[in-house]
Amino acid sequence: MIDFNTLYNFLSGPMVWVTFIIFIGGSIYRIWDLISLVNKNEKFIYSYMSWKYSLRSIMHWITPFATTNWRKHPVMTVVTFVFHMGLVIMPLFISAHVILFNAAWNISWWVLPEGLADVITLIVIVCCIIFFLRRLVLREVKYLTTASDYVILAIAAAPFVTGFFAYHKFIDYHFWLILHILSGEIMLMAIPFTRLTHMLFAVLTRSFIGSEFGGVRHAKDW
Amino acid sequence: MAEASEKIEKKIIDEGLETGSKRLTEERIEKVINEVLSGETGARLKSYTDTCVHCGLCAEACHVYLSFNRDPKFSPAGKVKRTIGEMIKRKGRVSPEFIKEASEIASTECNVCKRCAMYCPFGIDTAYMMQTVRRICHKLGVTPLYIQDTAHSHAVTQNQMWVKEDEWIDTLQWQEEDAREEMSNLRIPLDKEGADFMYSVIAPEPKFQPNLIYQAAIIFNTAGCDWTMPSFPGWDNSDMAMFTGDLEIMARNKRFHFEAAQKLKVKRIVMGECGHAFRSVYDVGNRWLSWSMPPIPMIHAIEFYYDLLKAGKIKIKEKYKKSVTIHDPCNVVRGRGLHEMLRYVIHELCENVIEMHPNREHNYCCNAGGGVINCGPPFKKKRVESNRIKADQISDTGAEILITPCHNCHSGMEDIISYFNVDMHIKFISDIMYEVMEKQE
Ligand code: SF4
Ligand code: SF4
Repeated sequence: MIDFNTLYNFLSGPMVWVTFIIFIGGSIYRIWDLISLVNKNEKFIYSYMSWKYSLRSIMHWITPFATTNWRKHPVMTVVTFVFHMGLVIMPLFISAHVILFNAAWNISWWVLPEGLADVITLIVIVCCIIFFLRRLVLREVKYLTTASDYVILAIAAAPFVTGFFAYHKFIDYHFWLILHILSGEIMLMAIPFTRLTHMLFAVLTRSFIGSEFGGVRHAKDW
Repeated sequence: MAEASEKIEKKIIDEGLETGSKRLTEERIEKVINEVLSGETGARLKSYTDTCVHCGLCAEACHVYLSFNRDPKFSPAGKVKRTIGEMIKRKGRVSPEFIKEASEIASTECNVCKRCAMYCPFGIDTAYMMQTVRRICHKLGVTPLYIQDTAHSHAVTQNQMWVKEDEWIDTLQWQEEDAREEMSNLRIPLDKEGADFMYSVIAPEPKFQPNLIYQAAIIFNTAGCDWTMPSFPGWDNSDMAMFTGDLEIMARNKRFHFEAAQKLKVKRIVMGECGHAFRSVYDVGNRWLSWSMPPIPMIHAIEFYYDLLKAGKIKIKEKYKKSVTIHDPCNVVRGRGLHEMLRYVIHELCENVIEMHPNREHNYCCNAGGGVINCGPPFKKKRVESNRIKADQISDTGAEILITPCHNCHSGMEDIISYFNVDMHIKFISDIMYEVMEKQE
């Protein structure tokens, strides 16, 4: 049986490096791979691309209720935006993480008040449950859903669930802490290699369709 | 309704799909799919398949899904799952039966109208993926019979309707002769070099609706236009090859069209009231020929009428009295942003305009476009029933007349209004303009 300290030191030491190398390296590879595909068969895409229309499209779609379809699905819109914001804000601004950065590199920044962080965690977990129920209940979503969709949902939910239990020292703090670190690392490493890639590709696909609609079709895409 | 749709599908027998799929072997299918996937697709298909999070938000966009009682298999992502998604997943190892179904789905359950691209948060373009399925099926020789026939016609005659060269010229002369009874100095100038514009139409006009050429001639002559039409192949701007995935024939036809204008040394091309032809000339065919924009300036009839009215070259005697509503054709509205010009033109011509909702870029497709109506009688009932939402949308306006500057929209909605008993008549802009304008003599 490996003791807690060894495991903790491994996961929060070398494994963090491995995680970031895989996450950043993998992401760069995926984007590079996509761009080389453009160069291979679809060079015409460059003739479409426009900064103005790309940004116009992205801005509309990252603003809640700024598009027709966001307005048509108010619940999903709120859940999606809250979930994604939580996913980005929490790991960067939660005090426990900033303390780690401080210990390692002597840098630090603003942190979320603990009570608020706790609430956000719960909200993100609720969002995950709603996503899960959507897949079970809504016909048009259920039809499309595959096992991998549940897996990536679990991957995204895990750091929050384990973090929540660790923070509240639920039964065994050490157990949850280890799982929390591990699940965070798994999520980062999974981004380039699962459907979580949408995090990397969304900007590109939106830019393309935004440019096509703006520059060629002279029509809105929202 | 969903069950009804399933029943209809089972009954449909299309000779093209049956015969084509019987000739297939699994090896050939695998080879062709992988050739197309690796040789002709790239970043778009890859990013779309890897990015789609199966959220189902695109479902809302599709009239087929909405009309078939929200049956998820007709949602955009549902159709992707049933066709190209499966082909990619199984690395091309699918059966002839699968190809037959995929061809039917891509050719008759999707109008490649691109409405769903405006509803997916990632801008995933299902129309593009359905066109890729059609391309694969074309290469496998499994395309619905009727539309394949029009593609053959494009290949042999450079027009969609097997119109022979002498028939074409005869039709123009016949229309000219008739129109001269109304306007004695009228001409339909053939092959006039250096004219201001070449007027191009789709082959169904000379074949079935020569009165549209008549009306156009009256409008152009009244406005004092310097125009011409080619007597030789290249006069037809339509393009069903684009929709069957026969991109080589598409490109060849577009070349004929552009070259006709170049031979006549005209300054620009004016196209008649057709949507899909516009898409082919403005966005798809030109690109295959490596022009990001058409090599000669080219405008749609809406833009041309807009200019005529703005410049006061056509004057209105008395505005059209009946209530009208406007159907925005996908290919010139979502495809070219002509919706405001279209409204200007209609409001100049008509007194009582009632908007349908949703409108402009968000209008529902007529469900005829994208080659779907050209798949012919076997699919007619399914096609019409898969656009119940359109029948509701237009009848909600309570208008007497529906105006749409697109041939496919016309034919498709004729079928819809008769099937669902909507009390409405359909007209082109030129029908109304011809009726209300001041004419010479
Ligand atoms: S018919 Fe239009 S909305 Fe429906 S899937 Fe095809 S392109 Fe999308
Ligand atoms: S809306 Fe976009 S991401 Fe969602 S299922 Fe449809 S195509 Fe996929």
